[in-house]
Amino acid sequence: MKFGVVIFPGSNCDHDAFYALSHNLGKNTVFLWHQSEDLEGSDAIILPGGFAYGDYLRTGAIARFAPVMRSVRRFADSGGPVMGICNGFQILVEAGLLPGALMRNRGLRFICRAVYLRTETTDTPFTSDLRPGQVLAMPIAHGEGCYYADAGTLDQLERDDRIVFRYATPTGEPTEEANPNGSMRNIAGIVSEGRNVLGMMPHPERASDPLMGSADGLRIFASLASWLAQGACQEAVRLAGLVRHTL
Amino acid sequence: MKALVHVALKKTVLDPQGQTICRSLASMGYSGIRDVRQGKYFEIELENGATAEQVEKIAREVLTNPVIEEFTCDLEESGRPEADR
Repeated sequence: MKFGVVIFPGSNCDHDAFYALSHNLGKNTVFLWHQSEDLEGSDAIILPGGFAYGDYLRTGAIARFAPVMRSVRRFADSGGPVMGICNGFQILVEAGLLPGALMRNRGLRFICRAVYLRTETTDTPFTSDLRPGQVLAMPIAHGEGCYYADAGTLDQLERDDRIVFRYATPTGEPTEEANPNGSMRNIAGIVSEGRNVLGMMPHPERASDPLMGSADGLRIFASLASWLAQGACQEAVRLAGLVRHTL
Repeated sequence: MKALVHVALKKTVLDPQGQTICRSLASMGYSGIRDVRQGKYFEIELENGATAEQVEKIAREVLTNPVIEEFTCDLEESGRPEADR
């Protein structure tokens, strides 16, 4: 099992994500350079936080044209799990891999603080090890994290159970006060129609060790790892069946 | 030739930056200002042969995020100094 962390010029959470996956989770992890289309056989791709290409034009607007994104799109289209964190989420919506847009925070300020998230669905590779409604603590750090989509898109996301995390109180109530940036319907993270592309504004890699104040973020990476392991196991069983059949 | 592209948030999308400017203007004493919308402006110098369709495509695919923004495109003949002609 191999995780690939993409480095764009201006990424600044790439090493944090790498450390969370390689050290805290103990999985084989590689960096992927934005100019290369080679995903080096990665089984899951992380688009980390930061300010890719300086966030010029719009957040994520230039990064979506990077060579690596051509491979990421193909990888996602074929069902591979892709996780965009913060700036990574912004890149995914700009690339059209996720619906909606991320706009300037309601209060116009850059916000860097801990928030609570309510797990809205466990039917994704990223939350399969969590309990429905489970509250996770982790930080946000963004100026453009206000999730926007038209009412039809929001209704569709709800109908399809594609809202993964909502900003909530410590007890899991998605109230107006718990919404740090004005995101519509308190949305902090969503998945694609195929459920294999996750975008989330909060930073799980910054909550991946008790020393950081929370290790809740590691549960998301751990879910993804066990989902990948399960897939590999099923594939092995399928191949064994094929071999038996052939013999 | 030059292309002038204006990008602005759609009318249906809340513009907190524009609202903040509007409130500041009111607090500065400017009266009669109902609303402010903030946008972006691009000047694109074109080689001979570039078409309006090309500029529109660039505006649609790169300069705007169609989920939240809209644009207008205008082409302007470069006003070269007389001596050059």
